Amino acid sequence: MPNEFRGTDRYIATEELMAAVNAAVVLSRPLLIKGEPGTGKTLLANEIARSLDKPFFEWHIKSTTKAQQGLYEYDAVSRLRDSQLGDPRVKDIRNYILKGNLWEAFDCDMQPVLLIDEIDKADIEFPNDLLRELDRMEFSVYETHETVRARHRPIIVITSNNEKELPDAFLRRCFFHYIRFPDTATMTQIVDVHFPDLKRELLHEALTTFFKIRETPGLKKKPTTSELLDWIKLLVSEDISPEALRSDDAKKLIPPLYGALLKNEQDVHLFEQLVFLHRRNAR
Amino acid sequence: MLVKFFFLLRKAGVPVSITELLTLLEALKAGLGDLSAERFYYLARTCLVKDEKYYDRYDRAFAAHFKGIEDLFAQLQRQLPADWLEKLMVREFSDAEKAEIETMGGWDKLMETLKKRLEEQKERHQGGNKWIGTAGTSPYGAYGFNPEGVRIGQDGGRNRSAVKVWDKREFANLDDKVELGTRNIKIALRRLRRFARRGVPDELALADTIDATARSGGWLDIKMQAERKNVIKILLLLDIGGSMDDHVTTCEELFSAARSEFKHLEYYYFHNFVYEALWKDNRRRFNEHVGTTEIIRTYGPDYKLILVGDATMSPYEITHPGGSVEHWNPEAGSVWLERLMKQYPKFGWINPQPQSRWRQTASIDTTRELLEGRMYPLTLAGLDDLIDALT
Repeated sequence: MPNEFRGTDRYIATEELMAAVNAAVVLSRPLLIKGEPGTGKTLLANEIARSLDKPFFEWHIKSTTKAQQGLYEYDAVSRLRDSQLGDPRVKDIRNYILKGNLWEAFDCDMQPVLLIDEIDKADIEFPNDLLRELDRMEFSVYETHETVRARHRPIIVITSNNEKELPDAFLRRCFFHYIRFPDTATMTQIVDVHFPDLKRELLHEALTTFFKIRETPGLKKKPTTSELLDWIKLLVSEDISPEALRSDDAKKLIPPLYGALLKNEQDVHLFEQLVFLHRRNAR
Repeated sequence: MLVKFFFLLRKAGVPVSITELLTLLEALKAGLGDLSAERFYYLARTCLVKDEKYYDRYDRAFAAHFKGIEDLFAQLQRQLPADWLEKLMVREFSDAEKAEIETMGGWDKLMETLKKRLEEQKERHQGGNKWIGTAGTSPYGAYGFNPEGVRIGQDGGRNRSAVKVWDKREFANLDDKVELGTRNIKIALRRLRRFARRGVPDELALADTIDATARSGGWLDIKMQAERKNVIKILLLLDIGGSMDDHVTTCEELFSAARSEFKHLEYYYFHNFVYEALWKDNRRRFNEHVGTTEIIRTYGPDYKLILVGDATMSPYEITHPGGSVEHWNPEAGSVWLERLMKQYPKFGWINPQPQSRWRQTASIDTTRELLEGRMYPLTLAGLDDLIDALT
């Protein structure tokens, strides 16, 4: 299959993720991606577009986003103003219809990849308003009475952070995949891709520390892949030695540059306490 | 075979529909199943399961249904006739690639090694997955050919472990059995919305502007209006502790749905029945009270009153002064409830106890009488009735 996604040089995809993406690509159904924050949900669409060499469109959803905005907007105010100024453009209503991201994607010459990011941020009815558009890949423009049909069914990737439940009718039309938090082996691959000439030893120590922190019970926000990558970037730029990461013999209680991993003061505090207890018990 | 699996999934409590089954069949027809059990497992999961909380149920159903069948996948692969493979190779390879193959020892050698690999596989059942690899560094994987879905790949594939994925059941703790999700509650509560325009006119009133402009002979006359807001006001009183502990999850859902849906939502807690004082924070319930009279004074009759409680207690707690289990109440609970009902003509009581059990509890009957029958079960139908009573 030429149209097959297998991850890219900077994005490691697991076997299950590849299966899900390829199913969505072949059957051109939307793919709904869920998972912990920082596991590369948003990045995925971009990487699919890059690896399959397709144009990429993104539509970021906010709490105020309406489904209609993804299709088109009719700029009535400009038209009114133009009519006052006697602009000839005013005769044609099409001059005032602004295409949305979905329309742009439908209009594309070749099959594009469209990312609908964080769909759960929108109003609870938002997914329902997109049912026909995602199913038949067409919609009609009320103002001009034309029907816009996708020239090539786009590969649609939808991400959700689970803030709101999505309606069943919507889910039925999507493929679904939950990105699990990567295990140590996958994580090593991911770090390898981002820092190809990282010293083995430092990588090993960094990953051990990272997974140890993740296992700390009661953390408000567990550090994720993207935070690990940030942290390693810092470690490299500060030239921290692998020995400094070994918390047992280091004088410091918590790992250097922890700010990249632990994002609120309660977590830092909790972690300090735990390490302190651990050291006291070890003595 | 899949129809059985489909019903097994439904029995296991995974909400799958016919559309999804058809999608899966379509995907298999498109050659996505790839003749490997693992691939099929992922593909079917992507098509059929739409929430990670069902992953565990899916894994169990999959294991139960496909036990032993996975060997079939391996057999299918072994039966590939050699010439068929060869033909496909010729079709798939460009001339440059063929030249490259020649430098590696030529066709025959390549085919021989390939055959050897297939031989090797005969002896190792569970290792079948190993052969469905990705385009990698080995001679076969590198050319990444794909005869109708069978990919003969690199050695030491991505499937590092011999344990079958579905037997790992990694999603065990995400499963939940909540039937009435917040979404449904929110949808039900939506019917209570009352939109009105109040405040600073800072929005262009398009229809008015067009109208006014037309009236002034085409001279632009812009009209503004205030933003549309939900003006419904809700006073929510929740029973907490004791017999309500069984209903804590459903009540939490109701509460969180109500909070995100209404801007003017005031809530207070009570224990078993309403008396002279209510509180906002359960941790400080004994020293931070708000008098019920004060609540009645603060919130006007335009508020709609919703009480949530199981009304399951000793009848004395309702009808007699001093009946409360926690403190000495100078006036009976029924008196306080009547005062509340008088202040808020739009009221209703939601009872999380199943309606079938209402008759068995005397205190529920008493409360219902006091409420003039406006008690509703905590189901979607019950919420609908409540909303009818409130509007």
